Amino acid sequence: MPDSNIISLQNWTGKPAQNTIVQLEDVVLDSESRRLVDGISLTLRSGGITALMGSNGAGKTLTLRLIARLLQPSSGIVRNCSIEERDIAFVFQRPVLLRRTVAANLLHALKLCKVPRHNRRERIQLLLDISRLSEMANSPARMLSGGEQQRLAMVRAIAGNPKLLLLDEPTASLDPHATSMLENLMTTIANSGTKLVLVTHDAGQARRLSSDVVFMHEGRIAEHTPTHQFLNTPQSDEAKAYLEGRLLV
Amino acid sequence: MEEIRTAFAAAFKLIVTLDHNLFEIVGLSLYVTLTAVLIACLIGLPLGALLAVGRFPGRHLVVVFINSLMGLPPVVVGLVVYLMLSSAGPFGVLQLLYTPTAMIIAQALLVTPIIAALSRQIIEALHGEYDEMLRSMHAGRMATLSTLIWDARYSLVTAALAGLGRAFAEVGAVMIVGGNINHVTRVMTTAIALETSKGELALALGLGIILVGLSIMINTALMSLRSEMERMAYA
Repeated sequence: MPDSNIISLQNWTGKPAQNTIVQLEDVVLDSESRRLVDGISLTLRSGGITALMGSNGAGKTLTLRLIARLLQPSSGIVRNCSIEERDIAFVFQRPVLLRRTVAANLLHALKLCKVPRHNRRERIQLLLDISRLSEMANSPARMLSGGEQQRLAMVRAIAGNPKLLLLDEPTASLDPHATSMLENLMTTIANSGTKLVLVTHDAGQARRLSSDVVFMHEGRIAEHTPTHQFLNTPQSDEAKAYLEGRLLV
Repeated sequence: MEEIRTAFAAAFKLIVTLDHNLFEIVGLSLYVTLTAVLIACLIGLPLGALLAVGRFPGRHLVVVFINSLMGLPPVVVGLVVYLMLSSAGPFGVLQLLYTPTAMIIAQALLVTPIIAALSRQIIEALHGEYDEMLRSMHAGRMATLSTLIWDARYSLVTAALAGLGRAFAEVGAVMIVGGNINHVTRVMTTAIALETSKGELALALGLGIILVGLSIMINTALMSLRSEMERMAYA
């Protein structure tokens, strides 16, 4: 990413403060037949990237949706501390883009965030620059490649200057080059002060990007440790098995 | 057979020579039909969107009711509008009976349920795709509705076309509330019915050819637009 873009985004979003932004207390999510999230408690502090890892069905995406209020817990509390609901943004595994141009997708997000009309053009250009989509500003968004669509979804999510960005396996179906560009973009966003929570199965990605890892197993948090510790000396048997690629039973 | 051939020849002559009487009827038909469809779109699209997105008690019943109104018999609508606008009716004071405005009201009433029901289906499908994305962007109810209607605009052309087809072909309701008065409320369908009953096949055929031609032209133009937008991933 060009340095100038990083600087612009930092100026725009302001300096991050190190404090608690979201707390989950004994959160449970039940479906009709079974418990999907089983009493998790988690504190998210501002700044940096937290990786959320675990096998399929461990409850990672559900946890993300609970934090974003896209789901309501069956019991327990999801509490915003120093942020409001509007400060939380979400990027889905499969980006859903409007049937409009790239620039129009960004404009729509800025309107929803009530960004003043006179600031919109400048912000669209900034978002296009940091996502390297400037040349495609007038292309139909749904005609972009998978990586480009995901970059657009990501900058659209930060259009409103969120304090917490939740990312649900954004690089799951991307090639290494597209993944690398997206990781650069995540780093840029994190450097600007936005807290990122990233669901990933990629240990290498967690190592490259995150400061801490929340490891989930069967709806529970099995481990929450600094990334290097999690990857080098995992504490729980489930995490060891996961990292070694063994089947978890 | 000779009679039909003569009638066709006379009909084409009327069209080619831009017969004043014929094109006066065509003009009024277009005015009444397009105005009615426009009004029906203004009411039907937001109503369809509201039914697609809204969750309220009795919603299912309203959906069933709107769907059943799609098959509303035109003569019944004509009769109801007649009763409302007749001098003894609640809106008699407006003196709208046997005017193009009465015909527009009757056609709008016929077309609105069609556009509302079809747009509900289209927008409901799109809402299924956009719902979480819009909620994650904290879009309010109005922003959600306007986003859905705008992004479904090319698909909603189909709903408008269905309404247009119904309005173009409609004869019963406009006959009752318009009265088929020459130079005032005579439109293509009522004129065709009248001229055929009089044995004046040339004018009836000329109008019929224009009616079918217009319908094909409008459908072709709008469907081409939709196909192009689909190709560009806008629809």
